[in-house]
Amino acid sequence: MIMSNPNLQPPERGLTLSRRDLLGASACAAVAAVLPAYPALAAGERTSQFEEAYAKLTGDRKPTERGVTFELPELAENGNMVPFSISVQSPMTDADYVKQVTILSTGNPQPVIATFHFSPDSGRAQISGRLRLARTQDLIAVAELNSGALVSGTANVKVTVGGCGG
Amino acid sequence: MNKPRIKLPDQAKVGEIIDIKAVVTHIMETGNRKDADGKPIPRNIIHTFVAKYAGSEVFRAEFGSGISANPYISFPMRVKGPGAFEFTWIDDDGATLVETATLNVVS
Repeated sequence: MIMSNPNLQPPERGLTLSRRDLLGASACAAVAAVLPAYPALAAGERTSQFEEAYAKLTGDRKPTERGVTFELPELAENGNMVPFSISVQSPMTDADYVKQVTILSTGNPQPVIATFHFSPDSGRAQISGRLRLARTQDLIAVAELNSGALVSGTANVKVTVGGCGG
Repeated sequence: MNKPRIKLPDQAKVGEIIDIKAVVTHIMETGNRKDADGKPIPRNIIHTFVAKYAGSEVFRAEFGSGISANPYISFPMRVKGPGAFEFTWIDDDGATLVETATLNVVS
């Protein structure tokens, strides 16, 4: 797995998963393996569910592709656990801050992966975690500022074995 | 849903922006899978995570099925003063897990 960002390392000591956790995850992967995988999407192709969710989120506001750093590994051997990191440029003051960030998937069965809510007291608009991806796809992070304006960033990841439910 | 683990910095100063890391064990069942008899396995995910500090909400996340099992999250906070965190996870079965952690604020 290619890691472009040292912050994307697994959780630090004290947050490591036990053997039992890992066994649970493998069982999940084993079930997924006997089910048919989602067919590959053509480059840049997006599911209709994604288009619907994107339209609902953005409405008549067109996001500006600026100031959103969305980091993913280039290649994920296991779609069940793909580390991500998102950072949105913002002074994070009462007058100008990022209210929320939503991650949308163009290739998962359910397109809305998560929404994260921030306030000026967050200090930075930054988040990291782990995604479950059904197949190779683009992911889009849409950030809403307190002004109502939207900014977005896109990341692509190649998934070798799709996530649970695939 | 159990075994919540929280990672805070050993100490923090007022005004400093710290990163808080939280993880909990949970299957995060997507609702897309079928059991051996071909029946759909109902969705059961943690849909909400809330972090409060000194009684005020400082971060909230809504998860969908695209968040990995044993959800791990790292988020920032500017330290306004001494206090304790209260973290809450809520899943589709209605189970709620609460964990607290005190931040060591130094001058």
